[in-house]
Amino acid sequence: MTTATTFVGSSVKRVEDPEFITGSGTYLDDIKLPGMAHMAILHSPHAHARIRGIDTSKAQQHPGVLAVFTGKDTAGINPLPCAWQAGGVENHVNTPHVLASDEVRYVGDAVAVVVAEDPYTARDALELIEVDYEPLPAVVDPEKATQEGAPQLHENAPNNVCMRWTAGNQEATDRAFEQAEVVVKQRLVNQRLIPTAMETRGAIGSYNPGTGEFTIWMTSQAPHVMKLLLAAFVLNVPENKIRCISPDVGGGFGSKIFCYADMALVAFASRQLGRPVKYVEDRTENYQWTTHGRDHVTYAEIAGTRDGRITGLRVRTYANLGAYLSTIAPGIPTTLYGRMVPGVYKIPATFVEVLGVYTDTAMVDAYRGAGRPEAAYLIERMVDLFAREVGMDPAEVRRRNFVPPNEFPHDNGVGMLPYDSGEYEKALNRALELSGYPEFRREQEEARRQGRLLGVGLSSYVEVCGVAPSAWIGLNGQGWGAGLWESANVRVHLTGKAVVTTGTSPHGQGHATTFAQLVADELGVPMEDVIVEHGDTQGTPFGFGTYGSRSLAVGGSAILRSTAKIREKARKLAAHMLEASEEDVVWENGRFTVRGSPESARTIPEIALAAATGYSLPEGMEPYLDETSYYDPPNCTFPFGTHVCMVEVDRDTGETRLVRYVAVDDVGNVINPMIVDGQLHGGIVQGVAQAMWEQGVYTEDGQLVTGSLMDYALPKASMLPNFELDRTVTPTNVNAMGAKGAGEAGTIAATPAVVNAVMDALAPLGIRHLDMPLAPEKVWHAIQERSASQKEER
Amino acid sequence: MIPAEFDYYAPTSVQEAIGLLQEKGPEAKLLAGGHSLVPLMKLRLAAPSVLIDLNRIAELRGIRSSDGGVAIGAMTTHSEVESSPELADRWPIFHVAGAMIGDPMVRHRGTIGGSLAHADPAGDWPAVALALDARMHIAGPNGERVVPAGEFFVDMLTSALEPDEVLTEIEIPALEGRVGMAYEKFRHPASGYAVVGVAAVVVTDGSGSCQDCRVAITGAGPKATRATGVEEALKGRPLDEQSISAAAERAGEGMAFLGDIYASEEYREHLTKVYTKRALLAAARSAQG
Ligand SMILES: Cc1cc2nc3c(=O)[nH]c(=O)nc-3n(C[C@H](O)[C@H](O)[C@H](O)COP(=O)(O)OP(=O)(O)OC[C@H]3O[C@@H](n4cnc5c(N)ncnc54)[C@H](O)[C@@H]3O)c2cc1C
Repeated sequence: MTTATTFVGSSVKRVEDPEFITGSGTYLDDIKLPGMAHMAILHSPHAHARIRGIDTSKAQQHPGVLAVFTGKDTAGINPLPCAWQAGGVENHVNTPHVLASDEVRYVGDAVAVVVAEDPYTARDALELIEVDYEPLPAVVDPEKATQEGAPQLHENAPNNVCMRWTAGNQEATDRAFEQAEVVVKQRLVNQRLIPTAMETRGAIGSYNPGTGEFTIWMTSQAPHVMKLLLAAFVLNVPENKIRCISPDVGGGFGSKIFCYADMALVAFASRQLGRPVKYVEDRTENYQWTTHGRDHVTYAEIAGTRDGRITGLRVRTYANLGAYLSTIAPGIPTTLYGRMVPGVYKIPATFVEVLGVYTDTAMVDAYRGAGRPEAAYLIERMVDLFAREVGMDPAEVRRRNFVPPNEFPHDNGVGMLPYDSGEYEKALNRALELSGYPEFRREQEEARRQGRLLGVGLSSYVEVCGVAPSAWIGLNGQGWGAGLWESANVRVHLTGKAVVTTGTSPHGQGHATTFAQLVADELGVPMEDVIVEHGDTQGTPFGFGTYGSRSLAVGGSAILRSTAKIREKARKLAAHMLEASEEDVVWENGRFTVRGSPESARTIPEIALAAATGYSLPEGMEPYLDETSYYDPPNCTFPFGTHVCMVEVDRDTGETRLVRYVAVDDVGNVINPMIVDGQLHGGIVQGVAQAMWEQGVYTEDGQLVTGSLMDYALPKASMLPNFELDRTVTPTNVNAMGAKGAGEAGTIAATPAVVNAVMDALAPLGIRHLDMPLAPEKVWHAIQERSASQKEER
Repeated sequence: MIPAEFDYYAPTSVQEAIGLLQEKGPEAKLLAGGHSLVPLMKLRLAAPSVLIDLNRIAELRGIRSSDGGVAIGAMTTHSEVESSPELADRWPIFHVAGAMIGDPMVRHRGTIGGSLAHADPAGDWPAVALALDARMHIAGPNGERVVPAGEFFVDMLTSALEPDEVLTEIEIPALEGRVGMAYEKFRHPASGYAVVGVAAVVVTDGSGSCQDCRVAITGAGPKATRATGVEEALKGRPLDEQSISAAAERAGEGMAFLGDIYASEEYREHLTKVYTKRALLAAARSAQG
């Protein structure tokens, strides 16, 4: 039995791991229902084509096939919803039908489904469906898509522009640039990434004709939201007739937040056939039609003084949204990106313009970090370029421009809520110290004399977590189509065992551990007496799910509200049991005692027994300790930190070796340091991978070249150095825990740190910037070109 | 990832396997470790109607001495080859190159015979086999034949094997003199396969000059290829940096190069030179050390 008196702050081992490590978890594909049929989906092989006709007769006759459906059959299902349009501007909305019936707009667009007795038959029968396509010209590049003469995807979106959104003060920014001593400009490409959760997506639909109810199992990060969207917008079924269940989910990184066609299709097919229907995508499908991330082309300009003060920032971004809008796509490059571009710096004038663009590619939506990695990359690259232009050390330029600790809450000038708290220089200093930055600079100088290319890169980031309050993020503000509060129910059963139900939906983060730590401390019970439940909409309060590093800051706060209510009720009952007056009963060392006589005490399990039996309750008190809370925070939280990366570039081949990686993060107060470190490790890996390896590539005519793990370079542990982590702790006052959020920090910080390091290594050759990923060939070509021209210059 | 339908046979002798190949015709495929064939089947890029599994044929497994050299059964796994003390002692390149193949799962399933028979342009063993002048023992309806490695790799994914033949053994001849060998590989970050891989074997005399050498390149072109120009340039020269650098400049001579989104033809050609030099330097060090 774990008996520490306080669990919060200690690295308790993850309680969910034994199940996962021994293979006894229940993922979607482990679920087998009686009579279950299997669905396979036919996807478009064309990036853009008109569908002249679909002949399903052969597939229909294939032995074992139960049904084949096309867009004609599913015409009664509404297009998927876009639940977050860019706030304050007109959005030319186009969302996908569950099956395309007249036109396909990307490779992967769904055109038909086969339902069969087993998945093998379903897959075989796909090949018997004949689709008559008339190929149309395609466009995949967001900048080119807006140009004259580009192929058009949607009638209501001229030049393929979904929306034009701006933030900041254009006039003041233009003035800052006119008056600037130094202006640095750079075009930056933040390439497309493919999220690649280890478990691909899927859904099982089960319709009960007796009750008219649907149960839909799904690999979702937000099952309650899916229930709402499917009921109210897609299937037109009463919301109380749909139950959504997320079983164990093997990673998501954002790609499993969204409403996908297969969720509706399995429900539809189940109703048609009177049998449960399962669909699990394979990796090829996962790469083709589950959402992608990033994909920005940005023109950035930074203005400043010769002595390294930033005076202005001007940004124009083409954000590729893919062929249609995914569930929250427009919100990502606007609120979560555009409003974060000033980063940790006090910039007097910033102006951001974002064009959301349709192209013949997979839909682009939130991917770990969602907008903030793009923002951090932009500002951290630009600050480095600026530092180089004014001839100053990048650490010093950062220091000069940080928002100072005494200026919080800080308004960043582009419409973000005020940053809660920050000690940016402290984190920078710690990172420089830990990494031996000054020593490295000396070593680098010496290495450069020998012709070796050593580099160090910094990234001082801030990001936004636990996005709220609803009144700000919602329809009248930032355009989010609902609220962003979170719910929690805490019950203490007769035997003293507690069950926590959260509206968040973990898929690898370790909430069962972190939340149990919180509750065990609050109720004075052992951790194993607290069970955390999630992911089933039946009989549980509505919740918004897990993404945006919100689960602890928002979901954890809701839990603490419920435990506070339980404690309050328990205190009254304790007083009744101890025959003391309520005011004299105090919470001490995990139990209630009577002031002045510590031997008279009652624990929560003892009180729970009394509350559950109900034999003797104070006048008017309801039985049971069972409390539900809905918590809407007053503000977001803003974690920050500095990462330092050291690299050596091989002159002969352009290969980059990661020499060291040091990260100092400030995520506020920490509940479980091991879990936070784990989140940072994973996040850093993904951030480094964007800088170095990952890239989703389409040919000009829209074929996905990186369609498998043989081509899409997902990082492996052997490709990375040891990470050296440390923390500073600057609590937030936004929530009672003082915790900010740690799920995405690593991803946000790492990318610019690596790119800055490689550019620093290449600086002696006069190379200013290369776009990601920094593949050896690209670096080698740059070295070749510069070496040749340097020779000529001599 | 569901392959198309196929029939499955598991013979227990080479003769039986050959019989099945003859009976089932060219639509039949041998299954070894399945780590090249099965991925192709899952993507439905290959759809053989019959699979003949070699895993139950004991005679195809294992490493034994043969005529001063060694013979490796075709069904010996990468991991068995990589960790064989017998091989590591005289042919350390097996350990070095073996450890660079894929990941532990791939190495515990995939076989050296499967890798050679598949003739993947980016496979590691083809370069090693060429550099060691291996001899491929092949059984077919008309008995056994032996094909030297130099004649075994015909083209991209094409070996000298006929559809009704089984690769049974890879014979590695003995090397005389002071021998050094090395394998240097530039990995593809996604697949782990060789963008360029270079196997080098050098034989030196007491004076430190190169008596003999063989260099083989994989990954760069449609098939694994001996770099004969490099070998000529180095033979009789001292095994020092200068002559190795000069010889390595001839790597890629007469080769056709592959290009893809990760590495262009030009870049592969360049890497071929750099990695040839690195492999030769390492081989020379091990011969002299
Ligand atoms: C993720 C991954 C990473 C990999 N990385 C690498 C790498 O870095 N380097 C590398 O070299 N390889 C790599 N491979 C390939 C791996 O080494 C394969 O195991 C090998 O190429 C084929 O061997 P196999 O035994 O699996 O053959 P199979 O896939 O079973 O067969 C391959 C082909 O050879 C034929 N065949 C097999 N055995 C015989 C025989 N005895 N006689 C005649 N024909 C035969 C089969 O019919 C088939 O056409 C990787 C594979 C994977 C899946």
